[in-house]
Amino acid sequence: MSTPTADETVSETDRRTTVAESRDAENRLAYLERFPEAAKLVRACFLVAFGALGVGGLFGLVQALHRTDVFRGFISSADYYTVLTGHGVLLVLVFTTFFIAGIFAWAVTKSLDRPFTNMRLAWTWFGMMTLGTVMAAAAILAGLVPSLDISADVLFTFYTPLQAHPLFYVGAALIIVGSWLAGANYFLTFRAWRKDNPDERIPLQTFMVLTTMLMWYLSTIGVAVEVVVFLIPWSLGFVDQVDPLTMRTLFWYFGHPVVYFWLLPAYLVWYTIMPKLAGGRLFSDPLARVVFVLFLLLSTPTGFHHQYLDPGIPEGFKMIAMTNTMMLLLPSLLTAFTVVASIEHGARQRGGSGRLGWLRSLPWENPAFSGCALAGLMFAAGGFSGMINAGMNINYLIHNTLWVPGHFHLTVGTAFALTAMAITYWLLPQITGKRLKHRTLAAVQPFIWFIGMFLMSNAMHRAGLLGVPRRTAEPEYNVVDASFSGAAGGYGEMRLQIAVGGTLLFVSLAIFVFVIARTWLSHKSERIDVNGAIPEPLSGPDHSPVVLDNLRLWLAIAVVLVLLTYAIPVVGLLSDGVFGPGAPAVPV
Amino acid sequence: MEIHRFERLWLGLSILLVLALIGTVTYGAVAEGIEMVGGDGETFDSANLDGTEFEEPGVRKVGEDEYEVYVVARRFFFNPGTTDPIRVPADSTVTFHVTSPDVVHGFEIANTNVNTMVIPGQESVMEVEFDEAKQYGIVCHEYCGSGHHSMEGSIQVVPQSQYNVTAATVNADAAQEGGS
Repeated sequence: MSTPTADETVSETDRRTTVAESRDAENRLAYLERFPEAAKLVRACFLVAFGALGVGGLFGLVQALHRTDVFRGFISSADYYTVLTGHGVLLVLVFTTFFIAGIFAWAVTKSLDRPFTNMRLAWTWFGMMTLGTVMAAAAILAGLVPSLDISADVLFTFYTPLQAHPLFYVGAALIIVGSWLAGANYFLTFRAWRKDNPDERIPLQTFMVLTTMLMWYLSTIGVAVEVVVFLIPWSLGFVDQVDPLTMRTLFWYFGHPVVYFWLLPAYLVWYTIMPKLAGGRLFSDPLARVVFVLFLLLSTPTGFHHQYLDPGIPEGFKMIAMTNTMMLLLPSLLTAFTVVASIEHGARQRGGSGRLGWLRSLPWENPAFSGCALAGLMFAAGGFSGMINAGMNINYLIHNTLWVPGHFHLTVGTAFALTAMAITYWLLPQITGKRLKHRTLAAVQPFIWFIGMFLMSNAMHRAGLLGVPRRTAEPEYNVVDASFSGAAGGYGEMRLQIAVGGTLLFVSLAIFVFVIARTWLSHKSERIDVNGAIPEPLSGPDHSPVVLDNLRLWLAIAVVLVLLTYAIPVVGLLSDGVFGPGAPAVPV
Repeated sequence: MEIHRFERLWLGLSILLVLALIGTVTYGAVAEGIEMVGGDGETFDSANLDGTEFEEPGVRKVGEDEYEVYVVARRFFFNPGTTDPIRVPADSTVTFHVTSPDVVHGFEIANTNVNTMVIPGQESVMEVEFDEAKQYGIVCHEYCGSGHHSMEGSIQVVPQSQYNVTAATVNADAAQEGGS
């Protein structure tokens, strides 16, 4: 095949898009009417996700005011850790997993243009994950009621030998296993599609979902073994002791790739939907595939970089994990290029010009676009602070300080969360058949989030450099040099920014929940005013090597990389017994 | 596969950045000899520290200007560190050994890069040079239970000339405690 010139490609794909768009314009309720069952499932997932987001966000406000000592009247400092556990689990386990399960269900059915092969399986995993959420949330919230004698104040990392109530571990296991079955749904539907389309390239959105899920299967093995083999029997009293370092290693085997499980759905949105919202189309489909393959390969053999400061793990293995982590900068930097190029193309289609003047031609008044763009911008900042985290020796300066939550509130807390909220403004009308309400409020919401996060996160990063620890109810110490008063401008200014920023974030979240709830509870609309069609990329999949779609090959290489990174240190950890050196349980 | 020349340039710069980041850490570890917490500590049954160096935590002089400090981090204090400050002389090399008999803790000397996780059953080892007489705060930076935020301690680095007297006093105190 001769390579078409750029212009030919554009005109060819332009024609296809025009046809697709006019078809969609005739039938604006396309998704809901085409896939009513899947739409119902996506709605159910989003309902749990946003419920968790609302409660988790409220907890975040309580914490921001408590630890900055602006207001400590909601809870005691001992209960701070209950609220902190709730904040972490509801947001990074429940909100993320449900939102991802929902948007992936939409992406697979939409891009394969066929319904799920098995809806009973779909409702099974939804039920399991919901039950798990109820169990884990009940165990955590019971900690606020002393008479119940149930507690799970172990934070979302649940480091042993602090021991939570068994409900907590069983709930967490149900959420993870449920997400595996969700993946089975996507793969079974893909297999049915493949049977009908043996020679087609995998549609891009489905390709992204499948590579993400393969990474998820590979990485959740760690936490599944930790929880099911060790922690559930241990919390029920069948096992006396566990080895805290082995448990940490299993957790972080999962704990770093999980951040890519959050990030990749945001990438799916940025690659496949945001260019269209900007008025253009994706710059390069092949490079998007390369990026997702790189994440599948490199996400998992990195976990030791969360354990740079752990004794008992030789430096060499930490160094290997660091190298893999740094290599992961490549797919993210490529994403920055492709996404910016795609929206610049969109802006120029809308009449934008000039070296930076095109930025003014972007649809900043559309919250679906502005939210994604602001999330991407903050992710760039989060990427740079992540490079500091990943530097094995610089890490000593900031490990377990406020810098770290400052970092991940930019990544999962904005790159993921703000993208999820923004794209919901676009997606909700398509899955409910209801036109978005309160558009002006919705239009300002992402900007309030951005300002709130700007204040909170910059102050958290700088406080971390002073050594202010994370995860503490009262970061005020009596010992010299730990009062953190010596900083330029003073720690007081940072505390104020954290409190004000946290409050703005909560206001933004409340607006989001209000707009979504009002839309959801309204009547079905004649017109939803959203065009769900996704234009073809400027450079389509035909220009990329077919080997990119060989998922078995990439999974096999990913497994080999994991074995190379983990086999020797894990054998070392287990050489003194699977449960040793053991530590007896300390119930919370 | 066609890759735009701007994208190739961007990719090249990205690879340079990655190599530079790995290079700085390698340079720090190899050329500057920055030591990091590794796998060289002992492991033991955390519930019972008897018979280990941690049975009697404290400061030990092991050579000319060289000291070993054994610290037990437990809910919610450092021993030594919280009730009695850790006292060492200036211009000395101090090797900290830290462990925990109960849950995971952190050991961070505030405003420095002396920082480690403290994990039951494992021994964290860090070598620190104290150049000047100064007081430092120690903070537990890992959640260890409802009293976590009160877990703190301090280190007094005193001038060489004042140290011997103090060391003798500390030893006398330790002996007294042991005898009672």
